[in-house]
Parts: sequence; C-alpha cells; structure tokens
Amino acid sequence: MSDLRTPLRRVRGLGSAKHGVMHFVHQRVSGAALVLLICWGFSQTPFLVLHGYDGAHVWLQSPVNAALASLLLAVGLYHGQLGVQVVIEDYIGKTGTRTVLLVLNAFVAFAFAAVGVVALLKTAFGGGAL
Amino acid sequence: MAESSRPTTERPLSPHLQVWRWHVTLAVSIAHRFAGIGLYLGLLLIAGWALAVADGPAAFDTYAGLLASPVGLAVLFLITLAAFFHMANGIRHLVWDLGFGFKPKTADFTALVVIAFAVLATIAFWFRMAAFGAFAHV
Repeated sequence: MSDLRTPLRRVRGLGSAKHGVMHFVHQRVSGAALVLLICWGFSQTPFLVLHGYDGAHVWLQSPVNAALASLLLAVGLYHGQLGVQVVIEDYIGKTGTRTVLLVLNAFVAFAFAAVGVVALLKTAFGGGAL
Repeated sequence: MAESSRPTTERPLSPHLQVWRWHVTLAVSIAHRFAGIGLYLGLLLIAGWALAVADGPAAFDTYAGLLASPVGLAVLFLITLAAFFHMANGIRHLVWDLGFGFKPKTADFTALVVIAFAVLATIAFWFRMAAFGAFAHV
C-alpha cells in the first residue's frame, strides 16, 4: 500500500475547471454565425472567380464585402481553433505533446486570421486595382 | 485501507471502436470532424487568396494558377463538399442542442438528409460556377 489517501482525496482538483461552458457556447454561436457567412461567401464566389485580380479589388472597395470577408476569416478560424482543440484533447494523451499542439493550433489560427484580415483591409483601403 | 477495501477487479470499459456496428449516424459524426479539419485548411487558402490580392497581379496570377490546376480544383471541390456537409450537420447539432431529433429513426433520417444536401449543394454550386464561365480558361 503506497498511498494512504482516499479515492475522493485523489480525484479532488482533477475535475472540471468550470470553464467548459464558455468553449461550448462560443463553438455554437460562432457556428451559427458561420452558417450565414458561408452562404454569403458562396454567393460571392462566382463573381470573384470570373473577374480575377481586378474584380477582387473592385469587390473589396465595398465596405460590406470587406467587413463580411474579414468576419468570415476571423470567425471561421476562431471556430476552427475551438474545433481542432477538441480533436487534440480527445486523441493526444501525452501532456507535453498535447500542450505543444494546443499552443501551435492557437498560433496558426490567430496568425492566419490576423494576416488575412490585414491583407483584406490593405486592399480595401488601398484604392482600386493597382 | 481505503485502497484495499475496494474491489480490484477489472471495471468494464466504454465500448471500443471494434464493437460499434457501422451506422450512418456514426459515419456522419466521424465525417463531421474530418470535414471540419479540412475547412481549417480551406480558411488558410482564403487567407492566402487575401494575401495574393493585396500583394499584386503577379502574386495573384501565381496563386490563381495553383488553385485552377487539376490538383487545386480537386482540393477546392472537396472543400466545398466539406463546407456544405459541415454546415448542414452543424445545423443538425444546433437542433440537438435545442433538445430535438434524438430518436434513433429521426437521427438516421437527418443524417441521410445532411449527406443528400451536401452532395446536391456541391453539384449545384459547381454547375453555377461553370455557368458563370469559371472554367472558360481551362
């Protein structure tokens, strides 16, 4: 007998951190927003594919398009970060590997969201086709 | 003493993957995760598009050329399929969160609806793209 503690004593402090609800709600609310943003995005795709570089510049002159495209990227990558976090937590048991992957997931998602939104705004504020 | 007073026999484990009967709800659940991971990649491609647009015509032509290649088009096709599928199944999840649709027959039916919607919407989307002349240069 190497451990004199009761089972209750051992599990104390190992339970829920009481913050899971936040993740749950954010995943669903961002998902609901993405239903609308994806439908809008798909409605715009044919125009963008057809008109290429100049078309994209004209398209981003509209503040509505610039704002919604930024939202699609930012909300989408936030939703993706939340989702991939769950996949990592489900399948990666080793604490070190899991922590590294969780941090990497956050870095990739938020870095691409920032770079993508700045690129969209640079085009939007930079005038028409160069 | 608390340790030894408890039975040390093997406790039953939750069912493993091997003992689940393959089922449409199971397949859709697994596909939801794969589609979600694929859409993460899709969003990185959109961020890349935004960068190419901001960078200039040369970068844009290179990027658009990559996406219009056979491999690029195959990736884009799979991403649209994943988007329609993940969106429809996400709505199914939201309905579950409201407390509806848990009866086995209902869950089976909505799973089939999600698959049918994803396939039909993807085909309709690409037909519309073709009608807009998106493949005129191919």
